[in-house]
Amino acid sequence: MASTMHVDVVSAEEQIYSGEAEFLVAPAEMGEIGVYPRHAPLLTRIKPGSLRIRVPGQAEEVLVVVSGGMMEVQPSLITVLADTAVRGEDLDEQRAQEAKREAETTLNKANDDQEVATARAALKVAIAQLHALEYLRKRARH
Amino acid sequence: MAVGKEIRTKIKSVQNTQKITRAMQMVATSKMRKTQDRMRAARPYAEKVRQVMAHLAQTNPDAENPLLKKRDEIKRVGIILVTSDKGLAGGLNANLIRQFIAKSLEFNEAGIGVDVCAIGQKGLAAAQRLKMNVTASAIHLGDTPQMDKLIGPLTTMGKAYADGTIDALYIVYTRFVNTMKQEPTLEQLLPISTDKMVVEHPYSWEYLFEPDVGSVIDFLVRRYFESVVYQAVAENMASEQAARMVAMKAATDNAASLIDSLKLTYNKARQAAITTELSEIVSGAAAV
Repeated sequence: MASTMHVDVVSAEEQIYSGEAEFLVAPAEMGEIGVYPRHAPLLTRIKPGSLRIRVPGQAEEVLVVVSGGMMEVQPSLITVLADTAVRGEDLDEQRAQEAKREAETTLNKANDDQEVATARAALKVAIAQLHALEYLRKRARH
Repeated sequence: MAVGKEIRTKIKSVQNTQKITRAMQMVATSKMRKTQDRMRAARPYAEKVRQVMAHLAQTNPDAENPLLKKRDEIKRVGIILVTSDKGLAGGLNANLIRQFIAKSLEFNEAGIGVDVCAIGQKGLAAAQRLKMNVTASAIHLGDTPQMDKLIGPLTTMGKAYADGTIDALYIVYTRFVNTMKQEPTLEQLLPISTDKMVVEHPYSWEYLFEPDVGSVIDFLVRRYFESVVYQAVAENMASEQAARMVAMKAATDNAASLIDSLKLTYNKARQAAITTELSEIVSGAAAV
């Protein structure tokens, strides 16, 4: 029995991750989901948040921050179509903080629905990145 | 020496032109590498979206997306014309626009109206010159394909399709084959045909959908549509730089051979003048 599945994470600009995985956690629209190999076929939208991929033979999980997108789950294949994605190690605390502040100021100043929606989305992405950084830092301490 | 003043001026001016074309060639070469990388980087996404769409096409979900449904009668079509913003790229835009015009005429003869969405300055100018109906445009994209600039025109075309203003949508762009070869290409975008997609598994299954079938399919189809256009724009940019590089190399070489032949003419004239002068001196001396 196959105990791994193939995971591809792609964004419109580039391929982020491609490889085998034992387990994956994704921020699905209806709540975070964990996927083991031989999962039932599933198509779901994903929210801004981080994907955690457990790679066989590697103690540390691979972390990818996505700002939303789509995930397809097949028994032995997972495809994540991310709108924009950043690998965990490429994250930058300062830039994430800045982005968060900027989104908050725009949100406060926004005066029509569309501006509010755009600022909210940007804020969610920044918060997702900061959460991911927090997680990375905790892991480093252990 | 007074000989060949015009020729010397001419040589100088050709040399100046050569300097410009050589600089443009070098700029295009370095940009070409970057645009090609970008084009390749965008490919995995396009492939994966296509793959997911192909999987989905086998499962026959209940929800029907208007973007997928084929219409029986076609009264009006939309064409997305992807060109470069700048010229001096050889026959790149001319070839593409020729194909575009041929296709538009074909539609017109069949009594089908054409709406144009111009991406790139050259295409927009051509469409306006031809007095075509331009419903959306995106110009000054620079050298990086930017999704946020494309979203507007794409939404306009998608909406026009959804509300029945147009019954099919095509895209015309220059496909990048290699540095020496770029092909004007016409593809049908809408309705998205799922026939071409490869079926990998002979058995069928049903997906679980979160949050629900309709919104997931809408989302996916939209992504697919956008990714195809994004890819086309990226390819067009790589083609533009490659075509410009080749065109500017040819121009630089032509300038070099022109300078050579002008120099030859100049030297001949100078030699003739010297010979005449000498023979005048000699015959003058003989007379004394």
